Amino acid sequence: MKSVIAYITEILKGIWTLLTGMRVTAKYFFTPWKHITQQYPENRQTLKIAERFRGEVIMPHDENNEHKCTGCGICEINCPNGSIEIISKSVMTEEGKKRRAIDQHIYHLGMCTFCNLCIKACPTGAIVMGQKFEHAVWDRTSLTKVLNQPGSKIMEGVKD
Amino acid sequence: MAFNIYDFTTLTKSIHEGLTASYSATTTLIIEWTIVGVAYLLFVALFGLFLVYAERKVCAAFQQRMGPMRVGPWGLLQTIADFIKLLMKELITPKEADKFLYNLAPFIVIIVSFLVISVIPFAPGLQTFDFDIGIFFVTAVSSVGVIGILLAGWSSNNKYSLIGAMRSGAQIVSYELSVGLSLITIIILAGTMQISGLVEGQREMWFIFKGHIPALIAFVVFIIAGTAETNRGPFDLAEAESELTAGFHTEYSGIKFAFFFLAEYINLFIVAAMATTVFLGGWMPLHFGNFESFNQIMDLIPGLFWFFFKVLGVIFLMMWFKWTFPRLRVDQILNLEWKYLLPINLFNILLMAAVVLFGLHF
Repeated sequence: MKSVIAYITEILKGIWTLLTGMRVTAKYFFTPWKHITQQYPENRQTLKIAERFRGEVIMPHDENNEHKCTGCGICEINCPNGSIEIISKSVMTEEGKKRRAIDQHIYHLGMCTFCNLCIKACPTGAIVMGQKFEHAVWDRTSLTKVLNQPGSKIMEGVKD
Repeated sequence: MAFNIYDFTTLTKSIHEGLTASYSATTTLIIEWTIVGVAYLLFVALFGLFLVYAERKVCAAFQQRMGPMRVGPWGLLQTIADFIKLLMKELITPKEADKFLYNLAPFIVIIVSFLVISVIPFAPGLQTFDFDIGIFFVTAVSSVGVIGILLAGWSSNNKYSLIGAMRSGAQIVSYELSVGLSLITIIILAGTMQISGLVEGQREMWFIFKGHIPALIAFVVFIIAGTAETNRGPFDLAEAESELTAGFHTEYSGIKFAFFFLAEYINLFIVAAMATTVFLGGWMPLHFGNFESFNQIMDLIPGLFWFFFKVLGVIFLMMWFKWTFPRLRVDQILNLEWKYLLPINLFNILLMAAVVLFGLHF
């Protein structure tokens, strides 16, 4: 008798668990406005990209065309696959001292794995991750970018 | 009771009389055969395409996706595009394959589907064959389909195909039993095996309501076993993509693959149509005993609409199963059949016999 009761409770329990699963999928089915996938090219205007999304490495410049990069090369050292090349130059400060400055911050987007190590390592916070993700180009040379804008210089007070 | 559902026998009779007036008996027969054949082919092709589209959309909705959206509005032309692609593909035969059996297998599978579909009553008078042993015919013929699957797996000269076919064989042989027994439960209640008789018996009330508890249990068992029969849903271990690279039809391409694919969806339709015919009243409208006005309003909806409404409902239920439950292992499948469904079914037949004997049904 005990085994019969066990048998029947097993069946009822099985049906209950199956119905639990079906309730979950039914909730998904009958709330189509909550669907996760989006129609991409159509929704470009309303597209919301998460703050922490890693699209590409960018160097923010302020309105005076000034950035925070000192040309220290720590990002270059930290990059696991050599996507960053730092070309530095020396400039004369007003006091007549020689000082290192960035000439070209070369970033190879095609080699980047978006691991975020360069941003973590940067002592001055000069580079950040941007949200742009449409990187398709016709010519791969355009994947090599110079992050510091032409004629830009370092911000006042940023020291390494 | 006023019964004003359009009867298709008037249409078929007028066509028949029109043809016999101008042609000889043999020519009439040939023309009628051609008409029926073309009608079934068209129906199977179009409904198969629709079901593939519906499956993709329903599956997408269950997984919080959108499904095909690009080809035509809401992706409506997607399956047509897929079908054209399949027609244009090369027919590849594996080197060491048994050529004759390899080419024969898809035809067996699809012919079996066509045979079964011929006894399904779509609407009053819209049924090709009306045997006295209709239900028996359905269960007998539908189990021939497994030969096509076994042949396909065997002749492909592919280990995965063979394993898939063997699994499919074990599964279908087991679940045939449950399908048959759950149908017998209703036959006890109906007292006939003729399909038109079954539908006629549900004029007052559908069998699932008339036979209350045992009929409901039989319906659940039939849906589970029917899902297993079609190699679908949680029972798709015969064509498990992740384990067997699609099982018995791995080596097939082009139109032969399309045959298997189409047969699978037509079998889905057949199981849903049998569930509709046997449990849910076929093309009979929803009637409640004494609500005359309600019954008459229900009579206004054509039988064809009722039939497809119920069939699509059952198909939706089976798609819901497929996209909710994880795939069963072979031992689990056999356990489910022999340790649970079969004893429940046998007990259920006893229960139904008692219900009918003591007149406990509605």
